[in-house]
Amino acid sequence: MSLHDRSLHELTIAEQLQALAAKKFSSEELTLHYLARIEKYDAQLNSYITITPELAIEAARAADAARATGTAGALAGIPLAQKDIFCTLGVRTSCASKMLDNFISPYNATVVEKFNAAGAVCLGKTNMDEFAMGSSNESSFYGPVKNPWNTDCVPGGSSGGSAAAVAAQLCAAATGTDTGGSIRQPAALCGITGLKPTYGRVSRYGMIAFASSLDQGGPMARSAEDCALLMNVMAGFDERDSTSVQRAVPDYTSVLNNSLEGLRIGLPKEYFNSGTDSGLTPEIERAVQTSIKELENLGATIKEISLPHTELAVPCYYVIAPAECSSNLSRFDGVRYGYRCTDPKDLFDLYSRSRDEGFGEEVKRRILVGTYALSAGFVDAYYRKAQQVRRLIQQDFVAAFNEVDVIAGPTTPSPAFKLGEKSSDPVTMYLEDIYTIAVNLAGLPAISLPTGFADNKPVGLQLIGNYFAEDKLLNVGHRFQQVTDWHRRTPALHKSGTGVRAA
Amino acid sequence: MMLWETVIGLEVHVQLSTQSKIFSGAGTEFGAAPNTQACAVDLALPGTLPVLNEQALRFAIMFGLAMNAKIAERSVFERKNYFYPDLPKGYQTSQMDSPIVGPGLVDIELPDGTVKQVRLHHAHLEEDAGKSLHEDFHGQSGIDLNRAGTPLIEIVSEPDMRSAEEAVAYLKKIHSIVTYLGISDGEMSQGSLRCDANVSVRPKGEEKYGTRVEIKNINSFRFVEKAIKREVLRQTELIEDGGKVVMETRLYDPDKDETRPMRSKEEANDYRYFPCPDLLPVVVDTATIEQIRATLPELPDAKKARFIEQYGLSPYDAAVLTMERPIADYFEVVAAASGEPKLSANWVSGELAAKLNKENTRITNNPIQPEQLAGLIKRIVDNTISGKIAKQVFDAMWDGEGHVDTIIETRGLKQVSDTGALEKLVDDVLAFHPEQVEQYRAADDSKRKKLAGFFVGPIMKASKGQANPGIVNQILMKKLNG
Repeated sequence: MSLHDRSLHELTIAEQLQALAAKKFSSEELTLHYLARIEKYDAQLNSYITITPELAIEAARAADAARATGTAGALAGIPLAQKDIFCTLGVRTSCASKMLDNFISPYNATVVEKFNAAGAVCLGKTNMDEFAMGSSNESSFYGPVKNPWNTDCVPGGSSGGSAAAVAAQLCAAATGTDTGGSIRQPAALCGITGLKPTYGRVSRYGMIAFASSLDQGGPMARSAEDCALLMNVMAGFDERDSTSVQRAVPDYTSVLNNSLEGLRIGLPKEYFNSGTDSGLTPEIERAVQTSIKELENLGATIKEISLPHTELAVPCYYVIAPAECSSNLSRFDGVRYGYRCTDPKDLFDLYSRSRDEGFGEEVKRRILVGTYALSAGFVDAYYRKAQQVRRLIQQDFVAAFNEVDVIAGPTTPSPAFKLGEKSSDPVTMYLEDIYTIAVNLAGLPAISLPTGFADNKPVGLQLIGNYFAEDKLLNVGHRFQQVTDWHRRTPALHKSGTGVRAA
Repeated sequence: MMLWETVIGLEVHVQLSTQSKIFSGAGTEFGAAPNTQACAVDLALPGTLPVLNEQALRFAIMFGLAMNAKIAERSVFERKNYFYPDLPKGYQTSQMDSPIVGPGLVDIELPDGTVKQVRLHHAHLEEDAGKSLHEDFHGQSGIDLNRAGTPLIEIVSEPDMRSAEEAVAYLKKIHSIVTYLGISDGEMSQGSLRCDANVSVRPKGEEKYGTRVEIKNINSFRFVEKAIKREVLRQTELIEDGGKVVMETRLYDPDKDETRPMRSKEEANDYRYFPCPDLLPVVVDTATIEQIRATLPELPDAKKARFIEQYGLSPYDAAVLTMERPIADYFEVVAAASGEPKLSANWVSGELAAKLNKENTRITNNPIQPEQLAGLIKRIVDNTISGKIAKQVFDAMWDGEGHVDTIIETRGLKQVSDTGALEKLVDDVLAFHPEQVEQYRAADDSKRKKLAGFFVGPIMKASKGQANPGIVNQILMKKLNG
């Protein structure tokens, strides 16, 4: 199929860059095309919180001008969306919270700065779970996001807006953040490719903190190759983030086509106990096993491994993440910016009502849990114990990577669930992240790749790599996507919003 | 009546004089317009992150080395969580379990000249909070975040001090060390050095400590002494009246000279300390520590020992002169230029110190250059002027009347050593007091000295103070006994 036969939004970023370079179309045309699609379809999906058409067109024109003078950056003219957790100068940065509904950021996050410098166009800010706390995108102050594959279902979370927008082709790619699976789980549920980099690989400066020791920004796109193009721009040391790592950034596209001959893939036995109480559905297990066969066909060898502390990951995470969030979210106090209650009686009233009215239920639940876990008399039993468990979980992975190059398994135990289905039961919701959370606790990189369908809803294959092995994950992902077409499937969108099904 | 022993431990907060804040690039200048020295990080805007100022770390290490303390190879910043409007993040970034400076030892000079050792528990790095301003806002409060994020070291002593005087001596020593090191301006009036005192009393001989009370935010040496004395009195009276000291935090009110409980919180604060996940543990290797050690200036104790040795000063004089580095430096220039270290010590710690005190200024603003003072001392030594006249010349120099010789010349203050002129003067005075001369001559040796002294005053007065006292004495003796 030639470029002319396909609509602009169907092209990958690599293809769009080629076409822009060949002057097949301009960035302004491409940008207007996406803006028109957002206009047409997003009322139903609710994937954007804020759309910035004027800024986008201005950036597109600048990119076209740069291209004309030969000064175009790596992503010049490519229309992207930013998760509304990244601070964007002069644009509302809400974190999907009433607390920051009125917050216009006076500065750009490092990631945003890097995309701007690379000439990318920002179409707007995507919806998410409030303060990135959630796995369904139902905790957003701006309402839930709908899964483009089935609008009765959730897109996953917290980066649900980014996942839905990429899947529905309302942007070429988007940024996400991943604290316990917030890139990979919505990527899996929406049938796109999402990479959570090694902790410290992408700057957190300007990325509103949920749990600082776990948060990591990364790309969400329609292919591993597009993720590689985004990573080339996003990754790198930032002197404004003490936890970012001073280490050279490779060209992630340069290794995409490397052979997988001899690649050792580990399958943790703890991840494949279909039929037991892990909640892994047989359809997903089947889809994942089929994909692993595909990787074997590409030259990989398969080995069963064990990650013995797997079952401790969720409880460990739900101590550490809330503990850090309880402190990180203290700055939202109604004093300097953000929501402030009307007519506070006194200081205590100002604090308690501003925070009670400004935060949603899930955020408040986690602040309370975290405050409890750090309290005198409980800190040893909860927070410090969880830190010890965290080290055990990390050591499981260190030991595993002595034997294998990549660990494979499902991204989620089940496909996208119905809106409202799990929102009244936090623990069930938390178990959504059973396969993704341990990766954050260990600080490792992992990617979710579209790997089939269950119940007409997308399924994700998760590949976990060793520290700073993003290039390896992208390489495996790209080779896999050359022999499969799951990532090319797109949901049928309807302006009215019913009858969506797999193509 | 029972004898009571006072037990004091101090927590001293020292603002470090770094160019920028401990975790941001904003400036730290004192007295700037409100909120002009607060950047996105200091305002705790969403998404901002701290980065440790290496100079602040270096300064803390310098301090630790000066206190003979152990420097931690690995120290950890933790978050102290509480809500307050001038605490933008809702937590203070501080160090708790793993501070940068471990146990140490410091000598303090007591007023009676003895030396006492005080143990340092630890010192840690932390950030200062902003300021809440309750005036001029029509019932509302203003918040100035200029100070938020200013680097501090908090220096915690063991409860080793036994009197308010010892506490002051310790605080002065800390002040002296941080200013010698140049890591703080030590300006207590600007809050650069502040002190909390933990005070308790116990019956003399008792080993167990009494219940302690923390007196917060005392900002001058004088108030430290007064606040502690007042609190000790309150506690002993309370106990003697059958009461019990309760553990609490009190504020000292210098206007009323009393301590009173701080507004009681509904509940005790649980600060929920935990390691700050935005900052990596601080790792300092031995080579770095040694490199910093090599850059340390001569410290007060070493300088004092050298002054005793090199200039033959008494331990007391040496201690006074080395308390503040600019004074020590000034003295050394005077001593070298005059060649008279002892006289120089007397003048610097005597007349000059008194003048500075009277004029409420400091040595760095002193209008008399050390070379000028040395010139004055030379004129005393070569008998051009007497010590008494020298004080007049000193005042004139202070007032900017010029060089010592010019002042002596224009004011005609040169000492009269001309024997002829002085003999005439003595003759005139003796002639004016015939009865006293008779009395002298009739007295026996034991009383003569005192009687002779009577004539010196009138003679000096007649000479307008310019007579050389030694020569006057010789002539007087000759005339009276002759």
